[in-house]
Amino acid sequence: MLGKHKDLLGIKALSAEEIMYILKNAQTMKYILMQNNKKTPHLQGKSIITLFYENSTRTRLSFELAAKYMGGCAANVSASSSSVRKGETLIDTARTIDAMGTDIIILRHSMSGAPHLIAKNVKASVINAGDGMNEHPTQALLDALTILEHKGGFEGLKVAIVGDVMHSRVVRSNIYLLTKLGARVALGGPATLLPKGIENLGVEVYDNIDAAITDADVVMGLRMQLERQKSGLVPNMREYSRFFGVDDKRLALAKPDALLMHPGPVNRGIELTTSIIDGKTSVIDEQVTNGVAVRMAVLYIFARKGDGNENIG
Amino acid sequence: MKILVKGGRVIDPANSFDKVSNVYINDGIIEKIGENLDVAGVDRVIDATGFIVAPGLIDMHVHLREPGFEYKEDIESGTSAAAMGGFTSVACMPNTNPTLDNAALIEFVRSRAKEVGKVNVFPIGCISKGQKGEELAPIGELKYAGAVAISDDGRPVENALLMKRALQYANTFDIPVISHCEDLNLVDDGSANEGFMATSLGLRPISPAAEEVMVARDVLLAENEGTKVHIAHISTKRSVEIIRSAKKRGVKVTCETGPHYFTLTDAAIDEFNTNAKMNPPLRSHEDVEAIIEGLRDGTIDAIATDHAPHHIDEKNCEFAMALNGIVGLETSLPLSITYLVKMGVLTMNELLEKMCVNPANILGLNKGTLEAGKGADIVIFDPDEKLVVDVESFKSKGKNSPYDGFELFGKVKYTIVGGNVVVDNGVLM
Repeated sequence: MLGKHKDLLGIKALSAEEIMYILKNAQTMKYILMQNNKKTPHLQGKSIITLFYENSTRTRLSFELAAKYMGGCAANVSASSSSVRKGETLIDTARTIDAMGTDIIILRHSMSGAPHLIAKNVKASVINAGDGMNEHPTQALLDALTILEHKGGFEGLKVAIVGDVMHSRVVRSNIYLLTKLGARVALGGPATLLPKGIENLGVEVYDNIDAAITDADVVMGLRMQLERQKSGLVPNMREYSRFFGVDDKRLALAKPDALLMHPGPVNRGIELTTSIIDGKTSVIDEQVTNGVAVRMAVLYIFARKGDGNENIG
Repeated sequence: MKILVKGGRVIDPANSFDKVSNVYINDGIIEKIGENLDVAGVDRVIDATGFIVAPGLIDMHVHLREPGFEYKEDIESGTSAAAMGGFTSVACMPNTNPTLDNAALIEFVRSRAKEVGKVNVFPIGCISKGQKGEELAPIGELKYAGAVAISDDGRPVENALLMKRALQYANTFDIPVISHCEDLNLVDDGSANEGFMATSLGLRPISPAAEEVMVARDVLLAENEGTKVHIAHISTKRSVEIIRSAKKRGVKVTCETGPHYFTLTDAAIDEFNTNAKMNPPLRSHEDVEAIIEGLRDGTIDAIATDHAPHHIDEKNCEFAMALNGIVGLETSLPLSITYLVKMGVLTMNELLEKMCVNPANILGLNKGTLEAGKGADIVIFDPDEKLVVDVESFKSKGKNSPYDGFELFGKVKYTIVGGNVVVDNGVLM
């Protein structure tokens, strides 16, 4: 399984079976993660580099912890302290890391397609930790693991994803994943933040969020970035939260047991109100835990490729 | 030197001439076209049996990159590519470094072209000083130094008032104004056509309206002033419609499109293929259909390549950072034959009108026909010979083409410039 993939660049290229295979492994990893002694030898002798050109707390930390829990050697290169500042190209930086015997390069970059570019130029496996507005595959996998744990499956679920759809790589990865697994995806947000043609990915699109949320099994909020106001995409954050934020009243349009999710970091009071972030159907903290489990599974699977020993059993 | 081109299908669309005949070239001039073979005193006979003999192609929109960007292309390599593609004349855009915004630089390009050029080079001067869009360049001096048109190509003239004045002033000197239509506010740092492909790849979108609003603006400015305007590289359905309706009401607007806009959609950027990244961006299927219809009904006057060579490092990078543009000189004729003539959109005569007669007329060049007494700029090609595009074989320094590996029809056999055979049986001399 996954044998044909050297890299994890996105969910787009994965089949439903491959996604379920990663999730199954992630469940095993979560079991390990929940033990008192989290040390496993699965990544012994493997080196994992996180190469981050954008700020990140949870994604980078969870990859690093995942690698360390499994005995891998993990190090971080951040754009501000590296040769990147001296004008080195992305390909050259990646090749330098590759030449040091790295098994996995985890890349976050502000430009869509950056991981695809380095994947063609290095021997190491490349894991996309978020590229521009394109994909964030491990986020979609951890979201899926969370949904799977609570709902037991995906077939027939309605998942509402609301907010800044345009700039969100989380949305694209989630659309690919959820539609492959048989869920219905409804997107909602201001018209200025809905990209043209996204309906061709097999999703419903609404320029108001009530229609998207109504009868949903899962409601996923998206981070609203303050700079969108300056570019004239929305008038101001007060208006945004009034018409496009999720509060108790809007969440009540969803099914009573609907999960509330958010990829983080949350702007409290803008896309979600504090009362629902800390409410009883919120699984935002569980998503973070599942992020470590999913990344352990992904590192395990991609580090062991070619060993003929991919299955955890 | 007397050359006889014998037995080819001679097409001279400007004179509605299309029959198997012989062309006599004497001392760089076309002496006569005739069916009676007379080989007396001929130094060289070129057997064109089964081939088309036509006026040398004219590409009114290329980037030769000299001066300033010789690592991408120079006048020698660019004109070599032109000759291989069957072009005997090219008009080169002024977005060099420095920009061609004064007479001395126009003269530099012309003199370099005389030294190292394989084909005729007609420089285009800037509309505004330094292409900054602020003050007019010395348009009269540019014209008298040999500029055949003015354009800020690569950048739009954003200020409508400056564009209005450029049209008024250039009209006095009877020099065409070529407009690169792009509203930069609407482009909004986008890198792919707005629609499914951009959305699914997470690329910032460029609205088709970014092109269309400026096409509409410049058509209206020209209409209001009663001047001519030429719109470069149109790529969308509504641009075609705007120009079609303007022509119907008598506006003196002409336009060109590039082979990429009638052969590829934005699907070609899949997998972040930077060799399909250009400006304007590749558009939707509907736009491609409209461009083809515009070529068929005559709304689109000319096919021009926008030949835009870049260094590999400028393409082998993140998609959003990759520079815009593709090389086109060595694929333009076969793409046009394959996608327009073989598909029944245009006759060979009509294609040649768009690739030599109309560009010559728009730029006011004394070229584009095979009349006796004219300079012997001639292309001889086999329209049916199959070829496989191999970018490594390009004479251009730029290998940035989305057509590598494409199987096309139409092989250039001979390119004759002023009576000199510069491509001889498919080989650059």
